[in-house]
Amino acid sequence: MSGNINVLLKIWHQKNANTKGGFVDYKVNVSPDSSFLEMLDEINNDLERKGEDPIVFESDCREGICGTCGLVINGEPHGPLRKIATCQLHMRNFKDGETIWVEPFRAKAFPVIKDLMVDRTALDKILQAGGYVSVNTGGVPDANAIPISKDLSSEAFDAAACIGCGACVASCKNASAMLFVSAKVSQLALLPQGHPERSKRVQAMVMVMDELGFGSCTNTYACEAECPKGISITNIARLNREFFNAKFKSSVLEY
Amino acid sequence: MKLDAKIPEGNLSEKWTNYKSNMKLINPTNKRKYSIIVVGTGLAGASAAATLGELGYNVKAFTYHDSARRAHSIAAQGGINAAKNYQNDGDSVYRLFYDTIKGGDFRARESNVYRLAEVSNNIIDQCVAQGVPFARDYGGVLDNRSFGGAQVSRTFYARGQTGQQLLLGAVSALNRQIAKKTVTLYNQREMLDLVVVDGKAAGIIVRNLLTGEIERHNANAVILATGGYANVFFLSTNAMNCNATAIWRAHKKGAAFANPCYTQIHPTCLPKHGEGQSKLTLMSESLRNDGRIWVSKSKKDLREPWNIPEDERDYYLERKYPSYGNLAPRDISSRSAKEAYDDGRGAKGGEAVYLDFRDSINRLGAKVIEERYGNLMDMYQTITGENPYKSPMKIYPAPHYAMGGLWVDYELMSTIPGMFVLGEANFSDHGANRLGASALMQGLADGYFVIPYTLSNYLASEKPALVDTNDKQFAEEESKTREYIDKLLSVNGKQTVDEFHKKLGRILWDYVGMARNEAGLKKGISLIREMREEFWKDVKVVGKNEDINQTLERAGRVADYFEFAELLALDALNRNESCGSHFREEYQTEEGEAKRDDEHYAHVAAWEFHDVGKWTRHQEELNYEYVKLATRSYK
Repeated sequence: MSGNINVLLKIWHQKNANTKGGFVDYKVNVSPDSSFLEMLDEINNDLERKGEDPIVFESDCREGICGTCGLVINGEPHGPLRKIATCQLHMRNFKDGETIWVEPFRAKAFPVIKDLMVDRTALDKILQAGGYVSVNTGGVPDANAIPISKDLSSEAFDAAACIGCGACVASCKNASAMLFVSAKVSQLALLPQGHPERSKRVQAMVMVMDELGFGSCTNTYACEAECPKGISITNIARLNREFFNAKFKSSVLEY
Repeated sequence: MKLDAKIPEGNLSEKWTNYKSNMKLINPTNKRKYSIIVVGTGLAGASAAATLGELGYNVKAFTYHDSARRAHSIAAQGGINAAKNYQNDGDSVYRLFYDTIKGGDFRARESNVYRLAEVSNNIIDQCVAQGVPFARDYGGVLDNRSFGGAQVSRTFYARGQTGQQLLLGAVSALNRQIAKKTVTLYNQREMLDLVVVDGKAAGIIVRNLLTGEIERHNANAVILATGGYANVFFLSTNAMNCNATAIWRAHKKGAAFANPCYTQIHPTCLPKHGEGQSKLTLMSESLRNDGRIWVSKSKKDLREPWNIPEDERDYYLERKYPSYGNLAPRDISSRSAKEAYDDGRGAKGGEAVYLDFRDSINRLGAKVIEERYGNLMDMYQTITGENPYKSPMKIYPAPHYAMGGLWVDYELMSTIPGMFVLGEANFSDHGANRLGASALMQGLADGYFVIPYTLSNYLASEKPALVDTNDKQFAEEESKTREYIDKLLSVNGKQTVDEFHKKLGRILWDYVGMARNEAGLKKGISLIREMREEFWKDVKVVGKNEDINQTLERAGRVADYFEFAELLALDALNRNESCGSHFREEYQTEEGEAKRDDEHYAHVAAWEFHDVGKWTRHQEELNYEYVKLATRSYK
């Protein structure tokens, strides 16, 4: 069709975590208005019509908020544009004749399930270790009982905006989950509701993070650059402070 | 089938209190002897599973996602209503109740809606206690904004990501219970059938989406919180995986389906760019505060919008509804847009209308518009590649929300004892049209504050012993599920699942969409039947069951849509009136507005399933004791 572009896709195929994968070529003619994932939908539809297995990839809301999608495109998690998820990337951002490499998020803690789909449940395990305020339903004070400054609340929101996609882990050469963990720790450390469990929370979450095989942070800032929600690395600094304060308290003060 | 709404005695404002005072309780040490299945982990499901876990029940939660947090509640933008009256502007539980009933065009059950308004305030308290970062004012108290259908400011919000923050709050409560082992999360499982033993819900059959294994799970009660069915239209604002399979298969097991024809079409979505379009993106309706909606006066006007002079433009909402103008309600705005582009006057002759900021930018400056709508303008540019500050946005109505759903009584129990339905999956609170910021309220009300009480009342009369999963009923349902999967895989036709889904969506959009009439609905029904037959003869589902098979997942959902679509059309055909989102062209006033027929249709239509294409229509009369029925007017 006129106005369409031709691209060569090199897409990762892998049967499961225990087999070796490799790239398969697909030549496509695509509308620049198509989203990247819609292009994959089309490829899959053609494969299905031919009776072949489609490429496995995940996506759901296609509005950049559910965190389900996540591809490494030309070496970058969520592709070349900043502050968007893969589902918000459109083909007009690629040139006619371009070769595009498509891979899954790669990290020791994210084993490949099939093709472009990886297992990110490790992130939930970290949250289950303490990413919450321990209140049961009912019996809580009136919502306006504790005033919270607009700035503080806004800062907590900035951290809470994390969509749990794992791009921070995939972009990090150490496969560290520090940005993810620090976002939740920060949200609850900034708000008074999170204070009673502050020390316990940060220690428990960091411990589980380490156990699950995520690497450590060496301040390369790649995570911040690739985060679709622009979560700031100042949260990592806050996480470190919270962690050392908690360790100090638990070793010096006995309570 | 008998529809007993079980509305408690007493005045409207005392019913819920009376219910809670008289309901049966289960001793705390006995609660752990009861197992509860919760399907879905959106706002309703996550809040229910977490709360029931806290109470001590043994909860099994199911989601087809990898994580509970991915449920589509996450995408809700605008906010959540509550009757806090923090703004001192005259809000009250009664007003929230009344606005909801009126917004629903007097087709919802009074007692349920009143309870919803009553518990709305507890929701806000709960979310704040969980650490939800709601928007705040400089003094540190919570901020509110206004939404459609209300004259007070009662909407709490967290930027344009309220659904995300509320869901993460509910999921954090769920995670806490998972850590405490009161809740077991079964992720990447899709419910494929309900198991009914001796007339009561006894468990579910699920497919493990990673391995294809068919599993049996038993419980003393099953709670469905699986969302709405707008994806039956193929193109909707719903997420790719949203589907009606859980509620549809429960319907086929005896749960009545209520008011399926009530589907909300949202006026401000982005138009489709071509046949490869996978879903439609919602743009917040707040844009209509400063954007003017128009089309050209002449047909097939292919000029660029900025070349169309002022006197050749038709600002149709301002013309038809001078007092509400561009802020006319969702159903009216959507319908007017359709009229314009059906008349060949859409943007460049196509299926879209213009939403133009030119005049606001001239009046207020581009900077003010950027401050107000910057993120939405950016989002528009990212998706379309066009600059909305320079050229008007093109918008298009899209299916967005399902007011209809499984019929439930006051206790949120379906017509199958022991099976409860929460959130968008039930039909209960929004009548024929839902107001903005009320979906989040209902989901959390059902999960945090209603089901923990009503479930106890049911279980207190039930013995804790479970039906064994080796029981013959479980075995039978499992083998039927396997046969059904084999049947889908063995058709081996020529057309793909998506191709069929798109065709079905087109039929619904054309004949069962925003404006319906008898002849069109009948035509639609016959086309749906034909297409359904064709589906079972010619669909191609590649791969096998014993693996990840996303095509197979979609095939099962689309097969269900083919059955459900007929009921949607049939319900629309049998409701011989216009109300809220349901507009029948035969029933309109001289000015083209919806004309209700309270004498014959002030009831809920609840459909009992006999066989594919065979239903019985039952009625639950809506007795308005506290509200006087009135005609909505937005002129």
